[in-house]
Amino acid sequence: MSDTEHQEDGHGSLVINNKKLLMWLFLGSDCMFFGTLISTHLIYRKLYPESYDPLLVFDLELTSFSTFILLMSSFLMALAVSAMHKGELKSFRRNTIGVIFFGLIFLACQVYEFAHFTNEGLTLSTNTFGSTFYMMTGTHGVHVAIGVFWLICLYFYSYTGKMDAHESAIDVEVAGLYWHFVDIVWIIIFTAVYLIEYIPGLH
Amino acid sequence: MSQTETEIHAPSTIQAPKTHELKPERSQLGFMRPDHSKSVIMDWLTTVDHKKIGIMYGTIALFFLLVGGFEALIIRTQLAFPENDLISAQRYNQLFTMHGTTMIFLAIMPLNAAFFNFLVPLQIGARDVAFPRINSFSLWAFVAGAIVINFGWVLQALQVMGLFEASGPTAGMTDLAPAMGWFGYAPLTGTNFTGAGTDFWIMGLQILGIASLSAAMNFVVTIVNMRAPGMKMMRMPVFTWMTLVVSLLIVFAFPAITIALGQLMFDRCFGTNFFVVAGGGQPILWQHLFWIFGHPEVYILVLPAMGIISEILPVFSKKPLFGYSIVVFSGAVIGFLGFAVWSHHMFTTGLGKVATAAFSLLTMAIAVPTGVKIFNWVGTLWGGRVRFSAPMIFSLGFVWMFMMGGFSGIMHSSAPADAQQQDSYFVIAHFHYVAIGGIFLAVVAGIYFWLPKMIGKMWKGNLSTWVAIFSTVGLNVTFFPMHFLGLLGMPRRTHTYLEGFGWETYNLVCTIGAYILAFGILLLVIDIIRCFRNGEPAGNDPWDARTLEWATTSPPQVYNFAKTPIIPARDALWEDKYGPENRKITYEDDHGHGIHMPSQSWMPFIAALGFIPVGLGMSLMQAGIPYMGYVAIFGLLVVGFGIALWAIEGPGGYHMHPEIDAA
Repeated sequence: MSDTEHQEDGHGSLVINNKKLLMWLFLGSDCMFFGTLISTHLIYRKLYPESYDPLLVFDLELTSFSTFILLMSSFLMALAVSAMHKGELKSFRRNTIGVIFFGLIFLACQVYEFAHFTNEGLTLSTNTFGSTFYMMTGTHGVHVAIGVFWLICLYFYSYTGKMDAHESAIDVEVAGLYWHFVDIVWIIIFTAVYLIEYIPGLH
Repeated sequence: MSQTETEIHAPSTIQAPKTHELKPERSQLGFMRPDHSKSVIMDWLTTVDHKKIGIMYGTIALFFLLVGGFEALIIRTQLAFPENDLISAQRYNQLFTMHGTTMIFLAIMPLNAAFFNFLVPLQIGARDVAFPRINSFSLWAFVAGAIVINFGWVLQALQVMGLFEASGPTAGMTDLAPAMGWFGYAPLTGTNFTGAGTDFWIMGLQILGIASLSAAMNFVVTIVNMRAPGMKMMRMPVFTWMTLVVSLLIVFAFPAITIALGQLMFDRCFGTNFFVVAGGGQPILWQHLFWIFGHPEVYILVLPAMGIISEILPVFSKKPLFGYSIVVFSGAVIGFLGFAVWSHHMFTTGLGKVATAAFSLLTMAIAVPTGVKIFNWVGTLWGGRVRFSAPMIFSLGFVWMFMMGGFSGIMHSSAPADAQQQDSYFVIAHFHYVAIGGIFLAVVAGIYFWLPKMIGKMWKGNLSTWVAIFSTVGLNVTFFPMHFLGLLGMPRRTHTYLEGFGWETYNLVCTIGAYILAFGILLLVIDIIRCFRNGEPAGNDPWDARTLEWATTSPPQVYNFAKTPIIPARDALWEDKYGPENRKITYEDDHGHGIHMPSQSWMPFIAALGFIPVGLGMSLMQAGIPYMGYVAIFGLLVVGFGIALWAIEGPGGYHMHPEIDAA
């Protein structure tokens, strides 16, 4: 694979592809982005426990459903990466379409959720909860949207005939790293923002 | 594979053409690639050559150094006498805000970036950075951020000339330049206190952050992956090591300010409550987020300076760096500890005893690796054959002046003492000793050391001695009295003061010193211009230096090394010149493939240019000017479009054959 070729180059000692290393660095940086957003949310939540009761608007069934969908999309993403490594374009396309579809469902749920919350009277400027909640989940949503866009590009690129099992597999793998990361971040947000509110006696 | 290496192993279809016969190819978009262009402007705008990008970073940064210095001179002139009324209080606030912002983000960071760009690939024996087009994007994004951040000054100049008036649709445009200090403390940045200047500042910094982050990630990949064979981590020059540490600091520190700026922008544009006290926001949160970025930022500024010094001292002492591994290690420790001391900027905010004590101790701990470095530099000089050439003079100045800044830094680390010094001129004295006595002198040393490599011309005459005398004397005359001013209770950021506090003489002396320093910088500019115009050819290795960048021509060819060097030892060139036979640099055989060069591209330039409408549009929208939101969206589309085309056009590349060309 490309990795081992790289080692044979004699350049550098770590066996990791340039693009992959760049993505890992970006994800490390992105951890700090979401870390800042999530801690801002938790700090204000702890500071003003009485100011707002999120259970008024939260719909655990819907959010659990969209979380499950995002998790499953990660599974399909892994299949797409593996297919690309084997050079199986058809299987890659099938799985990528699945990831795109699931990503869009997740986004649709989020749009519905935002619209629902706004109708219930929780906006960006209602209180600190609204500010931190929308900015954090919104940033995550933007990440998902970028990921979906990226995968759509890859999907159509696969029809140009320029994809090969070496170079393009790395490209797909890098997109996959990003997608898995966005998924993991959502698991953390789901736990630290949604589930935590259901702990009995917290309010 | 990386962009630069994509086709190294691909069979070359080009039949060894001479350089001047290379024809530009079509990209996958169908456009001609801007390679081998005869037009100089087109060549520099689309370049992906790390050396040209480095030179552009350096030139723009020197320009902003002069701008920031000019702002400082006005500040000092205003403070020369009690109750002076040269400028208004508001103008004074704008000046110190823009002085700090300009010097940190538009002068020192890009000056460091200039050295990173020019030197790192040469020092590790690489053809270019790992992602040449991202490198070009970083440069132009930096330019876009600089334009947005300084846009307030442009408007203000137009206002003075009568060409711009805050009326009608622009009625909301008050307060054109930022005036809340370079760390923009909440709630001063709220819409009820400050106007359009704050928005320019927020958007400009955000864009500069994108530029820094993309450059930093690029350099980590370059240093980890692109080293020539044999260039093990512990054989790398210390400057490259410090670049690696600094790049990692940027990768992990900048997100905090990016999010904080994003929250602030949402507060101002979309009515959120992050820092709005009336809505329950906590201004202290801004301080934490800012300094979680801001303290690593201090090391982002100073570690490259330490790297430069660690390169120069061994060359002019004719000795290897004393304790190489411990110098590298202490640099990494400084970077690591830098994340754990942010609250020492906030000792007076009431963090609580435990937190204050912990941050106090951690701050003191940073003095240890810093002290280790200073002892290692002294150890390098010890018993060496010291040559007092220009780079060496400035480096020795650095060691002494930086230590002065370090000493007052240790004084701050004690929380009770800091409570007395907080927001006084003592703090100004401290960080200007670090910034000018430390970073500036090191950067000047670096310029004197590496400019012959960059432009292939050697310095003429002894003007450098006068630069050294005027800048060192100037800096001490300016900033040493500020210690006393601070202890006498003069607060920083005060636009004027009354007679009778005992501050008059000190302030006058400071102002005189500032002009001496400015004269020194003027001489430096003259010396650089003289070197450009009248310098004699420098030759490959004018200083009898030690590291790999001196093994190639001055200025280096576009491909850096005709053949990839194989590095046998640390201080590769020194061992090659004077070492035993088994430590000579050997060169890889390229089997007739030639050198694979990355193609130039318009796309990074276009994508980065899109940031200007984004930044200005968001700022002007907040000021209530109609349709500006659409301008911002248009800018975002340009950015997205540029990046998409960038991806589609493909890395391209062409092959060069220097031996055949030379024949």
